[in-house]
Amino acid sequence: MQGFAYEAPSSLEALRARLAAAQGAGELTQVLAGGTDLLVQMKQGQRAPGLILDIKRVGETQALAVDGDTLVIGASVPAAKAKAFPLVAEAFPGLAHAIDLIGSSQIQGRASLGGNLCNASPAGDTIPALIANGFEAQILTAEGLRTLPVEAFVTGVGKNALAAGEVLLALQAPVPGPRSGDAYQRFTPRTEMDIAVVGVGARLTLDDAGVIASARIALGAVAPHAFLAEAAGAALVGTRGEPEALEAAAAAAMEAAKPISDKRGSADFRRRICGVLVKRVVAQALERCTTEGAK
Amino acid sequence: MSEAMDFKVIGTRPIRPDGVDKVTGRASFGADFSLPGMLEGAVLRSPHAHARIKSINTDKALAAPGVKAVVTGADFPQVAAGAIEGGEGGGDFADLAGNVIARGKVRYHGHAVAAVAAQSRAQALAALALIEVEYEPLPAVLSLDAALAESAPLIDEGLMTSGLPEPAAAPSNLASVIEMGNGDLEAGFAEAALIIERRYQTPTVHQGYIEPHACVGRWGQDDQAMLWCCTQGAFDVRSMTAKVLGQPVGSLKVIPSEIGGGFGGKTTVYLEPLALQLSKKSGRPVRMVMTREEVFRATGPASAATIDLRMGFSSDGKITAAEAIMAYEAGAFPGSPVGPGTMCVFAPYRIANFRIKGMDVLVNKPKAAAYRAPGAPQALFATESAMDEAAQKLGIDPIELRLRNAVEEGDSAIYGPKFGPIGLRACLEAAAAHPHYTKAKDAGVGRGVAVGFWFNVGLQSSAEVHINEDGTVTVIEGNPDIGGSRASMALMAAETLGVPYESVRVVVADTETAGFSNVTGGSRVTFATGMAVVEASKDIIAQCCSRAASLWSTDEDMVEWRDGAVHPRPGVNVEATPLSLKDLAGQAGRMGGPLLGKASLNARGAGPGFSVNLCDALVDQETGQVQVKAFTAIQDAGKAIHPSYVEGQLQGGAVQGIGWALNEEYVYSPDGIMENAGFLDYRIPVASDLPMIETQIIEVPNPGHPYGVRGVGETPIVAPLAAVANAVSASAGVRMTELPLSPPRVLEALDQA
Amino acid sequence: MKVHVQTEVNGEAVEFLCDPTTTLLEVLRDNLGLRGSKEGCGTGDCGACSVELDGALACSCLILAAETQGRSVATIEGVATPEALHPLQSHLLKSAGLQCGVCTPGIVVAAKHLLEQDPNPTEEAVRYFLAGNLCRCTGYDKIIRAVLDAAAEMRGEAA
Repeated sequence: MQGFAYEAPSSLEALRARLAAAQGAGELTQVLAGGTDLLVQMKQGQRAPGLILDIKRVGETQALAVDGDTLVIGASVPAAKAKAFPLVAEAFPGLAHAIDLIGSSQIQGRASLGGNLCNASPAGDTIPALIANGFEAQILTAEGLRTLPVEAFVTGVGKNALAAGEVLLALQAPVPGPRSGDAYQRFTPRTEMDIAVVGVGARLTLDDAGVIASARIALGAVAPHAFLAEAAGAALVGTRGEPEALEAAAAAAMEAAKPISDKRGSADFRRRICGVLVKRVVAQALERCTTEGAK
Repeated sequence: MSEAMDFKVIGTRPIRPDGVDKVTGRASFGADFSLPGMLEGAVLRSPHAHARIKSINTDKALAAPGVKAVVTGADFPQVAAGAIEGGEGGGDFADLAGNVIARGKVRYHGHAVAAVAAQSRAQALAALALIEVEYEPLPAVLSLDAALAESAPLIDEGLMTSGLPEPAAAPSNLASVIEMGNGDLEAGFAEAALIIERRYQTPTVHQGYIEPHACVGRWGQDDQAMLWCCTQGAFDVRSMTAKVLGQPVGSLKVIPSEIGGGFGGKTTVYLEPLALQLSKKSGRPVRMVMTREEVFRATGPASAATIDLRMGFSSDGKITAAEAIMAYEAGAFPGSPVGPGTMCVFAPYRIANFRIKGMDVLVNKPKAAAYRAPGAPQALFATESAMDEAAQKLGIDPIELRLRNAVEEGDSAIYGPKFGPIGLRACLEAAAAHPHYTKAKDAGVGRGVAVGFWFNVGLQSSAEVHINEDGTVTVIEGNPDIGGSRASMALMAAETLGVPYESVRVVVADTETAGFSNVTGGSRVTFATGMAVVEASKDIIAQCCSRAASLWSTDEDMVEWRDGAVHPRPGVNVEATPLSLKDLAGQAGRMGGPLLGKASLNARGAGPGFSVNLCDALVDQETGQVQVKAFTAIQDAGKAIHPSYVEGQLQGGAVQGIGWALNEEYVYSPDGIMENAGFLDYRIPVASDLPMIETQIIEVPNPGHPYGVRGVGETPIVAPLAAVANAVSASAGVRMTELPLSPPRVLEALDQA
Repeated sequence: MKVHVQTEVNGEAVEFLCDPTTTLLEVLRDNLGLRGSKEGCGTGDCGACSVELDGALACSCLILAAETQGRSVATIEGVATPEALHPLQSHLLKSAGLQCGVCTPGIVVAAKHLLEQDPNPTEEAVRYFLAGNLCRCTGYDKIIRAVLDAAAEMRGEAA
């Protein structure tokens, strides 16, 4: 790793002040949460910051709570802790599964949802699940706070919407109501320790009659960044998730997917698997809508 | 033989002598050693798959902070051609030296070009960036077809094919050709009711040991040098390193650390000559440790292979003729294991009419190294896939088809010698009766069967047995313990001497302390080094008998060794209480000195190993993903000295083979750069990918070993490739002939089914 | 500039100076002489360097040593007591759950963490939890059995 300075501010004020100073001095600053992507990238020479700002000692980034009807997950909360949080496990089983797919047990002891999001890998497992569940990014700016939907936060391969001097503080989403369910599945050659060839997240909500009232389908690893496949969701609204509806959603998702060919899979393979997974994920989310999963 | 033997400790499952050190983190592996004043070394590696080196300038690197020495190819002597003896990979010393550090040309991406020693690793790495190398890139040759094409770029401009009936007319990338055959091939095919003819392909894979290569080298002003390193053979490291450095063997002492896996990949040298040359130049000890990426880019992959196979069968399933044309990638220097591949390809079967041709082909990839039964997994993948297809088409049970052709004791192996007692038939019969085979398959599951074979080798081994003054035993031998061999040595010594297992300690010693032993490889250690331990123990017994006889003032043939003590023979008129090892050791000072038994031997009679594997696999018809649902490995061990470690060999080999079959492969860019040089994208099996691996040990004793042992380490990886592929083919409903059976490949096959 | 770190390793206070780029694994091995944690990959893909940091399981190759200021680190060297091996260690020996042994320290640390969270895991749970601990020798079978047997013993059941 190329040389850098390391600092770990212990309050929001100190963090904001240090960011401002670094910006003023033109220091190439890199925020550190779990570091499981960042350290690998620095070891491989892909990133060479002059200053590492460790945010784990800033209390707000370690928040994990329900605030009214909003779930708040601090940006540096490790995956192992987030997935074990009762509300996450009960009301967001798809997200919990996505978190559980991040690396190994060891990686989950450190990796954070905030880091997974900021790293903005097209294949990041939690991002489609966060998008499907309508999570927003809470961002610390020089002046205060701003929020941005997760689908707007990721902007390209390894690129996010943070301006210089800004830091992701937390992720938040409304706690889902009744008759709602989410799911996430990814495709990898191995069962574990792999990077998604395709990842699909879904959140469905049914009306009183059991008809799909809203559907958010998000796709990962089939475009430069994870995104909300609106047409795929729209194909489900007003249906009961019949086979034809699933086919239509899959077709819409495959249409929206713009995958590349690389060592992990060809574009054609990815598009095809995307269609398969959309059907499987929607079916799983639908099942969760009708069981007593959602609180 | 051992069937009639009543063993006291052999066949039990005691805790290995080095066990506590290894579960507590105390055991010292390759990277765990350090010396005062030690420098850290790092290697500059080629960024091209194939290029001429026009110039190298190390001035800036030498001037960089903390840098104490820089070496390039120019710092090493030219090494004359000469065969490497006794190693598992074989090959030539000149090629070995050329692989250690490039001279004139780089032959693969990752080929060592220069090395630096500095006070810290960070300084060494920084200095590497300051070495200026001017390259003239050349087209890279990355496949067998490209290498053998007319007008292919030449990797070695002086390489003339050996093994041809006429001397080669011009240089090429074809290093050697091997041909063998017997009978009348076309007559055999004319007789056939069914002919299976297919091309089978396997990818470049890596041994994947978890411990990267590491060493510490120290050169003295008296030109005496020491090396601490993780290796499968300290004596091989010594001979290879001495040769690369142009030094006498006696000037180099090699101290083996514990070894974190090798599978054949640690039977050669990479860093060791560099570390010593850096130490010589700097006057300081130098440590070198590879990164995982370097391990993938610069150390021993196993050869990719293309095998064109043709097998003819009579309607009752007898093989009437068989032909195999086998091309193996050698990597950037000659020496693929195509030789053993040609010997193994039809070894399990009686075939009157056959022809086999093997080709050793250069490509711009790392120099192939030995990998567990080198050459055999590729070969038997082809044969056992064809056998499966034949069984299907003839409507014969796949085990029955094999039984109809299986070699037995007294048959001549297609590669020459007559088989002694072998366990192929016993393994096949055990498989047919195994619950895994007789139980119904779950829906959609395919079941595959395959046979595995490996020769096993003997070679040279030494051992000493020291009896301590209280009767406890120290065994000294020279084969690094890669999977529990200290335990099997202790068991054999304890059995022979009639002492408790716990009283025997086994030391894996350095090249100045242990007698010469060839590499830990070829499945030879429990067989050959075990034989040396037994012989050295018998030497002790002979000395004990002689001392007791003299104490009792009788002749040696009037006493006998029984139950760990010397007794007067029954009926001999001597009033004496038996003398145990402890009694005699305690009196050593009055009776001829320390009890020290020795043996050195060149072991003959290694019994070949056969196996049968059963695999149940389920293919996801929508994604092509394969799940291994059940796996059973059945193998003839001759005699299992420590059954748990024999089972462990079967299980570990099975899983490496499953990885080879399903997901492992080197992925190259068009310009010859490996794109998946890490454990994230080079996908070895993880715990959640697998079921339990059931095992069944068959014991057909090997008469060539005092306790019936035959090697078990390598055979386990041979059968799984075809066992998995046959299961996948059955589940998918389409014959899979190219590995790995990754989801995209299986999905493509499903489309064409 | 070097960072001065005061932390706790296996219950003992330690302090060291390190470059900010130094990983915890490097400090454990090179500064503190605790070489039971191994580097198999350096990228978090093999688990051979597993430690606990404030009770969280982690790869020490992906932790900056500076991050451990005021925290608590547990390594393989702290697992056994002077009197006895941990049941996981005993069962790995009994089941021959190691061959070369280089992945073993990481497996002990990870499996211990699992059993502290879940004293009665299924085979599948053990396999998934240990998916980040690569072993190339054993095929995992005997490792999984050893963990299940150790769990049973720790629950007071006959293993």
